[in-house]
Amino acid sequence: MGNGTSIGRVRGLGSSHHGTHHFLSSRLTAVGNLVLIPFLMVSLALMPSHDYATVHAWAAKPLPATALILIMINTFQHARLGVQVMLEDYIHEEGGKIAAWLLVNILPFAGAAFGIVSVVRIALGGA
Amino acid sequence: MAQAPGKRPLSPHLEIWRWGPAMLVSILHRITGNGLAFAGLGLLLWWVSALAGGPESYQTFLDWVWLAPAGGLQSVTALLGKVVLVGLTWAFFQHMATGIRHFVLDIGAGYELEANARWSSLTILFSVAATSVFWAVVLLHPSL
Repeated sequence: MGNGTSIGRVRGLGSSHHGTHHFLSSRLTAVGNLVLIPFLMVSLALMPSHDYATVHAWAAKPLPATALILIMINTFQHARLGVQVMLEDYIHEEGGKIAAWLLVNILPFAGAAFGIVSVVRIALGGA
Repeated sequence: MAQAPGKRPLSPHLEIWRWGPAMLVSILHRITGNGLAFAGLGLLLWWVSALAGGPESYQTFLDWVWLAPAGGLQSVTALLGKVVLVGLTWAFFQHMATGIRHFVLDIGAGYELEANARWSSLTILFSVAATSVFWAVVLLHPSL
């Protein structure tokens, strides 16, 4: 980035070439959600009962456990990208930007890890 | 002098506009998306971790979010839980429908004024209908 010509002053600013990846990742995870979330909702709606034994036995089976873990990865990434765009639109001061940057780069990973550990515990026994 | 004559139109007009279907579903997409991200994923984590914690912690989740056997504060949170859960299902269906609309717009289709307004309105019709069907199935099913 130089400070001579007009183009030299703005080159390298903006999306820093991550814009396309952000856009595509958002779309890819949207397609994933289109399969995963209806699977979760239909499964929950059609369950004969919502007591502990029934729900736990369902979540412990390989397919639902896999879907739940994929939700922890796919849906959290999708949410992370969307929340990031929202924050970029509304937060303009430097301090707020740092807080937002910390939020979207830490919280989703912490949440997803907690969710995955929970599903693994359900699927592999323990409680 | 080089002064602009008065009453010249200013552009863009940031404060002069009226609601239309496209702008309504655009802001709904953002509101439902962020609602799902915070309330939806938060509740999902509470649910799955309560389930991982064993029968007692799962029962605590059910009591506070839906059943309210203890009354008092629990009946308030359980009412809130029902409102939030129904709201989240609607938010999901709305976000899904406007998300599919975005896929269509991504390929460059659906920008004609009439088609754009029609499909925008249809996403709301869909989300309300799908939410009703979903909860009809849940509640008419022998559960809880």
